[in-house]
Formats: sequence, structure tokens, C-alpha cells
Amino acid sequence: MRYITPLKAAKGLGASRTGTKDHWFLTVTACALALLTPVFMLVVGRAIGLPRAGVVAYFGQPFPAIVTGLFVIVGMLHFVRGTRIMLDDYLRGTALKVGIVVSVIFSYAVIAAAAYALARMGLAQFVLV
Amino acid sequence: MADVNRGNRPLSPHLQVYRLPLAAITSILTRITGHALVAGILLLVWWLVAAVTSDAAFACADWVLRSWIGFIVMTGAAWALWYHLLAGIRHLFYDAGLGLEIETAQKSSMAILIGSGVLVLLSLILFFAF
Repeated sequence: MRYITPLKAAKGLGASRTGTKDHWFLTVTACALALLTPVFMLVVGRAIGLPRAGVVAYFGQPFPAIVTGLFVIVGMLHFVRGTRIMLDDYLRGTALKVGIVVSVIFSYAVIAAAAYALARMGLAQFVLV
Repeated sequence: MADVNRGNRPLSPHLQVYRLPLAAITSILTRITGHALVAGILLLVWWLVAAVTSDAAFACADWVLRSWIGFIVMTGAAWALWYHLLAGIRHLFYDAGLGLEIETAQKSSMAILIGSGVLVLLSLILFFAF
């Protein structure tokens, strides 16, 4: 016999009632990143080697800017969840808490830095002319 | 106790000397490559921020990115990215309950290892040819 009510099974949240969302988030972002990654690598590969003005102009274009922005944002959000699973596996107590805090701060700092750079490059032609 | 005949039973693996099967190695490599990718994204984002900061900042970041250090980091990141992508797709199949048989997992492990190697070579060729 199953010791689980039909409602509980339908909700699919498991014993702790948390974590399913994280797993699903990882799945969705994994699918998005599977499509984004090859495009992102091509975009970045074309930019490496350009002079500074060339880099600014290149990432000022919509396509490279959107692909790079999406990759960094979705990638780092995927990273936060993935790191959380690793931290849960290997650390306990205070070390676990510190690890989670550090990984979240780090991820959003990377997103903010990339967003700032991309915004500056996108606005460069309007502001710096 | 030592003289007791235990019969010809299979013994449980001793965790310290247990040789991980290929599927276990390729599985833990997914986690390792995912976290090692931090180096690649940090270098790239530093380079992007430097480009909007100053000539000196960009010269420094660009020098690192295009030096042999940058080449190793970016090539490693490209491999890690391809590996993580392929292994991640396998995990989506695992989640769906597919490919969990030992022989299938062995084959997919080989496919991920060879596939990521081929893809990183292809990436390098594309990068240096264009």
C-alpha cells in the first residue's frame, strides 16, 4: 500500500515540500542554456581579439548584447541552484549557511557586473558621441 | 571470526579502494565542470566591465584573456561548458527515467567524453579560423 494521499502525489512536492521548485527551475534553465550555450560561444568567440572600441561597438548591437545578457543571467541563476545542491551535499551547519550566502551574493554580483557593462556598451553610442 | 567460512558471496565495495565506474566518474564531472565554469565567466565579465571602464583596465583584462593563461582558462571553460551541456542533457534523460541501464550509461558516458572533446576541438578551429 502507498502511504501517500492522492493529493500529495498530485502536488508532487515530496517529503520536505521544498526543493521540487529548485529542481524544476534547474530543468527549465538547463533547457534554455542548452540552446543558448552554442550561440553564446559563437558570439563571444567573435568578440575576443577586437580592440576596445570594437568590443564596445560589438556588444552595443542587439543580438550579441541580448545573448550575452541572457546567458550570464540564466547561467548564474542556474549556478545558484546547482551550487546549493552541492553545498547541501558536502557542508553542514554554519559552513552550509555561509556557503549559501556567499554563492548567492557572488552570483548576483556577476549578473550586476555583466548587466552594467552591457548597458554601458548599449548606451555608448548615445552617451559618448 | 576470521576463520568462519563466509562462502563465495559477493563482498560490499570498500569505499576507500572502490574503483568508480565510468558512469559515476562522468556524473561527478558534471558537478566539477559546472563549478569550474566560474573561472571562465569571471574572466569574461571582468573583460566586459574593463571595456567600459578605461583603456588601462581593458588593456590589462585583454592581455590576460589573450595570454597563455587566458587561453588555458578559456579552452578549459569551453571544454567544461560542452561537457556540462552534454552531461546535463543526459541528466534530463535520467530524470525522465531513460538511459539508466548500466550498459546504456556506459555508452552515454563514452559519448559525452568523446563528444565534448570533439566539440572543443571544433570550437578552437572555428575560433582561430575566423
